[in-house]
Amino acid sequence: MKGRRRPRLSFVWLQACSGCEISLLNSGERLPDLLNKVEIVYFPLLMDRKCGGEGEFDLPEADVGFVSGSVSSDEHLTLLYALRRRCRTLVSFGTCATHGGIPALRNRWSAEATLETVFPGTPGQPALPAEVPALLDRVYSVDEKVRVDFCLPGCPPHPEAIAAVIETLVTGERPRLPGKSVCETCPTIRTGEMHRTVRRFLNNAEYNSEEPVERMRCLLEQGLLCMGPVTVGGCGGPATPLCVQARVPCRGCYGPVRSEGNQLLDMLNVLASHGVDHRSIVDRQSLLRFSGAHGLLRSVRKTEGVVLMSEKGNKKPS
Amino acid sequence: MTQVITIHPVTRIEGNARIDIQLDAAGEVCDARVGISSLRGFEQFVVGLPAEEIPRIVTRICGICPWMHHLAAAKAVDACFGASLPPAGHLLRELCQVLAHIHDKILHFFFLSAPDFLIERDADYSVRNIMGLVQQQPELAARVVRMRQLGQVMLERLAGKAIHPVAAVAGGFARPLGKSERESLYLDGQQLLDFACFALEFAKKEVFPQFLEVFAPIGAITTGFLGTVDQYGHLRLYDGTLRLMHPDGRVEEFAASAYEQVLAEEVVTWSTAKVVYAGSWGEGLSLDPVSPKGVYRVNTLARINVCDQIAMPRAQVELEEFRSRFGRPAQHSLLYHWARLIELVYACERVLELLGDERIVDPVVRAPVTPQAGRGVGHVEAPRGTLIHDYTTDENGCIIRANLIVGTTHNIAPMNVSVRRTAASCIQAGRVDDEILNRIEMAVRAYDP
Repeated sequence: MKGRRRPRLSFVWLQACSGCEISLLNSGERLPDLLNKVEIVYFPLLMDRKCGGEGEFDLPEADVGFVSGSVSSDEHLTLLYALRRRCRTLVSFGTCATHGGIPALRNRWSAEATLETVFPGTPGQPALPAEVPALLDRVYSVDEKVRVDFCLPGCPPHPEAIAAVIETLVTGERPRLPGKSVCETCPTIRTGEMHRTVRRFLNNAEYNSEEPVERMRCLLEQGLLCMGPVTVGGCGGPATPLCVQARVPCRGCYGPVRSEGNQLLDMLNVLASHGVDHRSIVDRQSLLRFSGAHGLLRSVRKTEGVVLMSEKGNKKPS
Repeated sequence: MTQVITIHPVTRIEGNARIDIQLDAAGEVCDARVGISSLRGFEQFVVGLPAEEIPRIVTRICGICPWMHHLAAAKAVDACFGASLPPAGHLLRELCQVLAHIHDKILHFFFLSAPDFLIERDADYSVRNIMGLVQQQPELAARVVRMRQLGQVMLERLAGKAIHPVAAVAGGFARPLGKSERESLYLDGQQLLDFACFALEFAKKEVFPQFLEVFAPIGAITTGFLGTVDQYGHLRLYDGTLRLMHPDGRVEEFAASAYEQVLAEEVVTWSTAKVVYAGSWGEGLSLDPVSPKGVYRVNTLARINVCDQIAMPRAQVELEEFRSRFGRPAQHSLLYHWARLIELVYACERVLELLGDERIVDPVVRAPVTPQAGRGVGHVEAPRGTLIHDYTTDENGCIIRANLIVGTTHNIAPMNVSVRRTAASCIQAGRVDDEILNRIEMAVRAYDP
């Protein structure tokens, strides 16, 4: 890369857990090489560049900006706008950024209900910390707020996928991501015979522990709710999907197969088309556990929420 | 006229934090605060969800230590459902937990904190980081990267997903460990132990002697400590009794399920994380920099202080040396780093001990559970400190109430005291520069928030 400026990368996190960043570090032996190919100009987990305290955030110019996390407070929004202005290409990094992720489960409740629960004061008057960023009415994905050039879903994205995306983007090309579902990348045995109901994961799947996962029967066919059919694959890289490696059903953490898909409706369709009684699902709204942004998860009143989920799981999602 | 100096964001830490330092008209520090601003509302949005799903949701509280939330939640749900686990279930969970500690400690010491010690002190911020370390000490950096990776790969082999795991389930673990898998894990575990011993020797030679003198004023405060021990007073990370040590060395022990009788929470205006303090001392909470009240610390230094012994030979030798040099309880905040590396050695030794237990390859790893109404408190020692998950379920086994006390929360009060004192000792007549600001951040970094 002599004579040419190394591409500048900026990493910003919003309502994030840092799992995406740790996944990048998990690219292992490839990591030092990768770090040498680029110039990282902003990355609070790893380096000391500051962006300032009040008002405008002072982010450095970058060729590619990676933003992880969802947009949950007014501070996140200001930071996101600053990043968008300062980078040529913006990547939504991880499922929180692309579809809201787990933080968007908050969208089942009003912001007020959340504050009252976390900071209980006298009724109707939560003991709120006054000097912290204000919550937005709900949790948004990044593309709901700014133009996004590329989406890299995953909770977290696979280290090799992150490395490949960085390597492709810095050459100025557009990376490609697999469009297959988790099922299409899953080696378990499918017979076409389904249980009529789905059960809660209260005892382990049936399999012979001496045998490889390829000899295990499909978990959905075993009657476990597995989101494989409606979730985009890639979590295991070239290998078996990671949850299935642990003999545990998929919960959809990479988001829908088509980025604009609806994991709840898609999954209900899958179940219906196989004659499975969808009323056997205890908590249907949590099929949107990872993709509740884009207005898909809506708030219910506090008391209704409890009823809806735990006693009347069959009620239509609001 | 007063002036506020803001450090935002605090960098090379795991989460979102800022520091605001208030100077009086003479330019002397009159107040300082570390605020954590990241309200997600887990206590709200887990309400209504089937409890057995919770261990794989609360992982997203932290992507560096998802295993800790995963396991504390699994234990709490076990208790709600009255589950009794087969031995392999606990052994496999603990194996995952100590492996997760290993990756975390390597990450924190070498990737996040070491640049403060290993890169010359007047270096520009742009090289005072792991990228700079890769340039300056490529061999060391390559080994560090490889070893942290190895810990993560071992977790993947055991449990599929290393970040945001799914393998700990209500009633036990989702898959058994094969005998051949155990053998290869054992060999890798030996490599990790070699590295841990190397890391501690390296730090005792290259890092600690310098920093103990140079950074003596940073974060010197006197507090109590909280950690977990077994019935013999040995250090434990996975389970045991909570032991709270008063600054004068007196201790009280309590079960995690009784946490509300000992620990108290208070909302402060400048942080979304509540401040936790030792309510049982009956002195309330005060962040006074000279004589704080109710303040105790958690995380590595706390655990090393509260335990009587470590039931692993190499770590025990290190503990004895540490204690002979710094006494008990040791109060110097930067000793968190030293304690962290002793725990790294402990965790590696414990990996080998767990893998050597015949029961760990038992194919029975999970007891089926039945949803029911109940309350369960699960706790583990996370890298960042004592982690408590407290759930109540309805008759369908769905969550009706949740309360979480995460490691960093306990340390909010002492971090504030440390930062205030460090700022007061480093800033005179309003003069600040990058090195001073970084020293103040180091006082936070030691706590690994």
